[in-house]
Amino acid sequence: MTAWRPTLALKFLWLLVLLLAMPAFAGDSVVPSSTLPWWFWPLALFVTCFLIGIVAVPAGIGGGTLFVPIIGGFFPFHLDFVRGAGLLVALASALAAGPVLLRGGLSSLRLALPLALVASMSSIAGAMLGLALPASVIQTALGLIVLGIVALMLVSKKSEFPQVARPDRLSSALGIHGVFIDGASGRAIDWQVHRTPLGLVLFLAIGVMAGMFGIGAGWANVPALNLLMGAPLKVSAGTSGLVLSLVDSSAAWVYLNRGAVLPMIAVPSVVGMMLGARIGARLLHILKGSVIRKMVITLLLFAGIRALLKGLGIWV
Amino acid sequence: MNTPTNARQQLDEAFRYAFLLDWGTRIGLVALVLSFAAYLSGLLTPHVPLDQLPSVWNLPVNTFLERTGTPTGWGWLALAHKGDLSNLIGIALLAGCSLPPLLGLVPLYLKRRDTVYAVICALIATVLVLAASGILSGGH
Repeated sequence: MTAWRPTLALKFLWLLVLLLAMPAFAGDSVVPSSTLPWWFWPLALFVTCFLIGIVAVPAGIGGGTLFVPIIGGFFPFHLDFVRGAGLLVALASALAAGPVLLRGGLSSLRLALPLALVASMSSIAGAMLGLALPASVIQTALGLIVLGIVALMLVSKKSEFPQVARPDRLSSALGIHGVFIDGASGRAIDWQVHRTPLGLVLFLAIGVMAGMFGIGAGWANVPALNLLMGAPLKVSAGTSGLVLSLVDSSAAWVYLNRGAVLPMIAVPSVVGMMLGARIGARLLHILKGSVIRKMVITLLLFAGIRALLKGLGIWV
Repeated sequence: MNTPTNARQQLDEAFRYAFLLDWGTRIGLVALVLSFAAYLSGLLTPHVPLDQLPSVWNLPVNTFLERTGTPTGWGWLALAHKGDLSNLIGIALLAGCSLPPLLGLVPLYLKRRDTVYAVICALIATVLVLAASGILSGGH
């Protein structure tokens, strides 16, 4: 009775690997080309990224998370270039926000730097793995990850000020704690963290995913910092951006060195997203966050299913 | 837990990092926008002609590189006068602009005898330099 269980599990795992790899054997992934003039797609890309930028801020997710599944699913670019551009989009957004968050005390260097060290190393490995695997495998895995993000967005709760009774030994040794002024209440909030070793392991995995899929990992960073390590929500969101700026830089170099950054895709995306994010930040108080969030979840669900079906060769 | 001194120290670190990051990002973005304008306007001739892009941007990266003769690693620097590849200057500046703030923190931490954080900053900087060098990713 006990012997068949691992065998069955192994068979299931093997089946899953085969399922993921199957479309790859069907010939690697030249995306059908378009008959439209060349300028149509960069222009459409700019407009799409501008719109993504507007909704990403009120929805509370990074633009990169929406960028890769949407552009990878509906534009005639190869996923290699989409992921390269996606990393740059996430990087540019994190870089633009970083100084403001640091000066406002919402981003903690003491919290970000140890996590960024492990995640930036693993993001290089993730990027190399992502460029080595067939696009159909990445597309399928991306679909699964995006559907996972949708589930996470639907079920995860946030804790504004988590209670950390005692910091763990590692965070005490590293002096990871701080104080920030909560803009809403005007109170000075002291914070500390726990479960730092587990946090480091989680950021190792987050780095791999960021590098492999070219999506900013804010969707994973914030719950890890807030729910696992116990940092206040605003500090988690601010620090996540700082970690992203370092993680995405490392992975972006891999894509750049491998020639997977195509300026005609990357630049309109970066500029469109940054302009859209500025508008989104201004509309933050006007737009209803919950409505935008539902819209983004629907959009991600659609893009995730599309990525999955495209990767499996069902809807090419 | 947070004495006024270490809260002040953390702000000093944050301000130094933010200042250097802010300027690096600005310079990178300006370079990116200017080079893209030169690329689109035809001021700089592209390495891959604009009207041929739709026939190559749907290819896997290795096939794209073979088909267009685009170099990998830092090989693009030799072709940085070409409209499309000139954009990589701005992109490289953005991908590298975390390096000065990280290195800027090292002396600050060392002055406070916070060796662990000085080492962490130096290690992240090393990871970035290694990633940029192409040694790890086989870009050369």
